[in-house]
Amino acid sequence: MPAWLQLMIDSFWPLLRAGLVFTVPLTLLSFAGGLVLAFVVALIRLFGPAPLVALVRFYVWLIRGTPLLVQLFVIFYGLPSVGIVLDPLPAALIGFTLNVGAYNSEVIRGAIESIPKGQWEAAYSLSMTRGQAMRRTVLPQAARVAVPPLANSFISLVKDTSLAAVLTVPEIFQAAQRIAAVTYEPLILYVEAAIIYLIFSSALSAAQVRLERRFGQHAVFSEGNR
Amino acid sequence: MISLTQIDKFFGGNHVLDKVDVAIAEGSVTALIGPSGSGKSTLLRCVNLLEIPESGTLRLGEETMQFEPRRRPDRDAIQRVRKQTGMVFQNFQLFPHQTVIDNVMEGLVTVQKWPRPRARERARELLAKVGMQDKADAWPLNLSGGQQQRVAIARALAPSPRVLLCDEPTSALDPGLAAEVVDVLKQLAGEGMTMLMATHDLRLAAAISREAVFLQNGRVVESGASADLFSRPRDPRTAAFISTLTQ
Repeated sequence: MPAWLQLMIDSFWPLLRAGLVFTVPLTLLSFAGGLVLAFVVALIRLFGPAPLVALVRFYVWLIRGTPLLVQLFVIFYGLPSVGIVLDPLPAALIGFTLNVGAYNSEVIRGAIESIPKGQWEAAYSLSMTRGQAMRRTVLPQAARVAVPPLANSFISLVKDTSLAAVLTVPEIFQAAQRIAAVTYEPLILYVEAAIIYLIFSSALSAAQVRLERRFGQHAVFSEGNR
Repeated sequence: MISLTQIDKFFGGNHVLDKVDVAIAEGSVTALIGPSGSGKSTLLRCVNLLEIPESGTLRLGEETMQFEPRRRPDRDAIQRVRKQTGMVFQNFQLFPHQTVIDNVMEGLVTVQKWPRPRARERARELLAKVGMQDKADAWPLNLSGGQQQRVAIARALAPSPRVLLCDEPTSALDPGLAAEVVDVLKQLAGEGMTMLMATHDLRLAAAISREAVFLQNGRVVESGASADLFSRPRDPRTAAFISTLTQ
């Protein structure tokens, strides 16, 4: 067996393990938290009082206008200067959650706004309250619109979590860096890290297809005549 | 008795309803006719408060609602009025993510908190009434326009409204499909359902309405028995409008 293949096999488990123990939980937790945040921000943008709307617009503007890497540095290396010291993992979680929240608030707002006004009126004409109309009529339809861009953002996030390496979180990329440093085989290790990211994101793409099918079942035969 | 008295409604600077008075008797069908932009749809939407008038009075059953500029009636009062109404829209507005029967059950289950089996039973009866029982499990987007509108009528009737509001119920349909919707509405009229409908389908209006109101530029020009209004209009503006429809 060639030495490079042996090295790949030997390092596969440490990298996969770093993925399962750090990358996956970091991705899932920050995406879940980010979605909740995104939903709240979207509702405020749509229905909130003016001062709150201004506040969340500022938040979205700030996060979308600055690099994720810089945000992570500010949270982890910057905040200790004002007495806020965070461990690497919570710092990364906060950074990614804020990011997911900002980007996806626009996705969710757009999806809700894409549902025709007539659907709200039909719900109101049945005496539904605004909350009932939202829950029963608008959100299920908006979910279908939002799934593809949300899945996009989710897959991006899996890869973005590699930035947590610079906060010393021992996720996939950090593990690859450490092994490369002692074996002097950067090409092999970084290609292997890339392969593991590919495995994770391909699994997510497959899940996306199933999710879209579930939300789109009512329109399977009629896409053409909408 | 359902009455709208001295109703004023503005959209921006547009005076879309100008001191409109309309009264309809329970068990009767009233057609609101008039050219596009005459305010007939807006007037209809004032009855279930999808539009809130700036001034005037709405009486519906035991509810009386007095409108004032810049004061939105409280939510409970709006709900009490809406619960007495059902609405059929020009573009059907069925919920595309729910099957036909779920659409009809929606108001009963979500608003009136009926148990699902009981709601399903009533929904089946209503679908049979509009001739759609065979499509109970179909998706709305797979139905023709006429079928969708019949389901929409069943959905509007499910909570047993005091009045059925129909906003151009046949305007999005070609004549063959419109006819099946007219048949259903005619049957309801025969059963004594109180209906108020905005339409410029004179065939529909003539077939089922006993009373008619002609609106132009947000004002009531003429109202009375529809047989008289359609065949012997008193006002020249009504006559001119009727003649454009029958050409």
